[in-house]
Amino acid sequence: MISHDILIVGGGLAGLRAAVEAKSKGLDCAVISKVHPLRSHSIAAQGGINAPLANAPDGRDDSIEKHTFDTIKGSDYLADQDAVEIMCGEAPKIVYEMEHWGAPFSRFDDGRIAQRPFGGADFPRTCYAADRTGHVLLHTLYEQAVKLGIKVYEERTVVSMSVKDGHFAGLIALNLSSEEFEIFEGKACIFATGGYGRVYLKSTNALINTGSGVAVCYRAGVAIKDLEFVQFHPTCLFGTNILITEGARGEGGTLSNAKGERFMQRYAPGKMELAPRDIVARAIQTEIDEGRGLEGGYVNLDLRHLGKKKILERLPAIRDIAIDFADCDPINKPIPILPAQHYSMGGISTNEKAQTEVNGLFAAGECACVSVHGTNRLGGNSLLDTIVFGKIAGEGAAHFIKGSQKAPADKNAILADELKRAEEKKKTFLTREKGVPLTEIRDELRKTMTEKVGIFREERQLKDAVSKIEELKSEAKQLLIGKTDNGVNQTLAKAFEFEGMLDLAEIITKGALQRTESRGSHFRRDYPKRDDERWLKHTIARLTESGPSFEYSKVKITRYEPKERKY
Amino acid sequence: MAPYIFKILRFNPKADPMPYFQEYNVELEPSDSVLEGILKIQDEIDPSLAFRYSCRGAVCGSCAVVINGKFNLACRSLVKNVKTEEIVLEPLPNLEIVKDLIVDLQPFWKAYEKIRPYLIPKVIPEKENLVSPKEERAIDNFINCILCACCYGSCPVVTRDEKYLGPAALAKLFRFAGDIRDKGHTDVLDEIDIESGTWGCDTVFKCVDACPKKVRPTDGIEALRRKTVLRKSKRLIGVK
Repeated sequence: MISHDILIVGGGLAGLRAAVEAKSKGLDCAVISKVHPLRSHSIAAQGGINAPLANAPDGRDDSIEKHTFDTIKGSDYLADQDAVEIMCGEAPKIVYEMEHWGAPFSRFDDGRIAQRPFGGADFPRTCYAADRTGHVLLHTLYEQAVKLGIKVYEERTVVSMSVKDGHFAGLIALNLSSEEFEIFEGKACIFATGGYGRVYLKSTNALINTGSGVAVCYRAGVAIKDLEFVQFHPTCLFGTNILITEGARGEGGTLSNAKGERFMQRYAPGKMELAPRDIVARAIQTEIDEGRGLEGGYVNLDLRHLGKKKILERLPAIRDIAIDFADCDPINKPIPILPAQHYSMGGISTNEKAQTEVNGLFAAGECACVSVHGTNRLGGNSLLDTIVFGKIAGEGAAHFIKGSQKAPADKNAILADELKRAEEKKKTFLTREKGVPLTEIRDELRKTMTEKVGIFREERQLKDAVSKIEELKSEAKQLLIGKTDNGVNQTLAKAFEFEGMLDLAEIITKGALQRTESRGSHFRRDYPKRDDERWLKHTIARLTESGPSFEYSKVKITRYEPKERKY
Repeated sequence: MAPYIFKILRFNPKADPMPYFQEYNVELEPSDSVLEGILKIQDEIDPSLAFRYSCRGAVCGSCAVVINGKFNLACRSLVKNVKTEEIVLEPLPNLEIVKDLIVDLQPFWKAYEKIRPYLIPKVIPEKENLVSPKEERAIDNFINCILCACCYGSCPVVTRDEKYLGPAALAKLFRFAGDIRDKGHTDVLDEIDIESGTWGCDTVFKCVDACPKKVRPTDGIEALRRKTVLRKSKRLIGVK
């Protein structure tokens, strides 16, 4: 059994920020991660992090309040406003802190941090490091973790969590290099495991983003919030769905269809290409669906007019991506793009202090749902979310430990039971000789989600998806992983994660079916209007014997009365 | 779809006496990456095959591997660009094999930690430090490093001297020593003023060739040497 006061699951930005906070407060903490922390998906964030620093010449009037309002409006009023106020209020401090720790931000000529325009924002508010902002922030936080000597257990997948009488007890993790389980025992735990994008076939997410942390919490009985809100990023590379940053449009890139029209004129004349992501993604998908896309089904993102110098200086990484993966140099040719799954607004339900309803259990970053993004996250707010709430979770866990926490009395016995269940499951996976191949059902699930629970949704398709998922769930009882050998066994970890993916897909789809309105990223063709009277509320899902049960909770509104969103 | 043969070095130290090559026939689109080929093998043919992967977009540095003798990330090598129907995959050299294409990166991370890979700030201002675009550009190339260890695997000095810090760690040291906001990492410069540190490099640019992110570690190492010599000469004439 491995013991630390605070266990942090996930080594991306949120997890590392939590660890740095707890460790610098003198607490014993450790990070458990599926991959080396620098391989976490935070690394792939490109465009930037929002903070109203007012550094840009045309951004001098920006303020925390304006950032707060833009975020709430962008969320289509489902964000909890007290939490958004905290996030935006902390933004300048957090960005300065990362700069003091060495983050190499791009600069304006006067030496201050450069800021670029981003979707749904009234000012150039997005601080950036060319188009590799996630990369530099993750490296910077990892550097701080190395400096503080934070212990990392890498290449471990957490497969289950024990909760007893409302208290966190411990975790069971599969060590990927030995195929053995390890018990992790702690007084507090922070989940920072990222999103569930890989439940979808077409996603910008890293292959590791299976939502495993959210699923582990769900299976331990923790409330899961707003899972039906799934962000589709407007500009993903045709063919591979690799992200092409919103910063490309922030720098002046334009979208055009097969006729060469800048079609955003018809969808969001005020903000054009820099409308919020849900609106731009629907516009692109509509162009493609109505036959105005280019052959194969995509539209063009044109950067040519920015010129070689600006592209090389501000967007070098997406140029490399376009060249490496699509044989397309954006200096000479428009980039073929289309929308794909990108971000998980929903997740483990927390309050504005990153606390879940379980004592000693916290969650932060994309795996959590505070909610600060509501139904649609603004670009540049996810990096901010990870660092602000990672820090808050670290503080919260430290505070919890110093307080009079109560541990479940029979912790060791509970964890031994949990381990036994995991061992039995493992044995079944390793010895089963006949069944349904894992790859087959997994691909079927992903296809179903992309085709039927995508950008545009409607009752018939959602119902089809629900029955498909139920069918797959029953097939998964005979999951076959094939012949592996001892030593590194990644396939075994995939099998454990797959069960969780099925659960999450079920919650997303059933939640989407029940929500008979359109709001932000959730668009129902059969209910195209937002319905505040019935649906200005969060969806809360919990595990029961017969699948998820749903209830709804109030949205916290402080100063901004819901209004119709216009861009 | 077109047929490809993946010839992959297999080795499970827990079971195999020696590494060996195993061939797999895979149908792939020419625009698929080598990583997609490996994933397809793991998914459909041989679930026991082991390799690291994560972002599949050439930023996380997990899938560094040797493809037909050349260092690259498996995700950014499209099979059509490999230009042979037989694709030979080997793990990074200079590191022990954990299993198949997975190597033990501990020596690489130890070298990285040794150079104190974090900013040692001169001051902590109220807002941000002011950095001119020119000062920003001085270290810009080294910021691109994703620590994939291609350079470490390619370096002949690492092969010869296992104590040598290797290209990535030294380039990272220059990233800090050359950062206008940093005190200069002078203690580390003094500590590694030895053959297995600043002076080990043969300047044969293998690392520059191997880097999938266009980082030029050799340039960083040369800059460290200039800094070290300058510090010594200043000391000789009594300048602090």
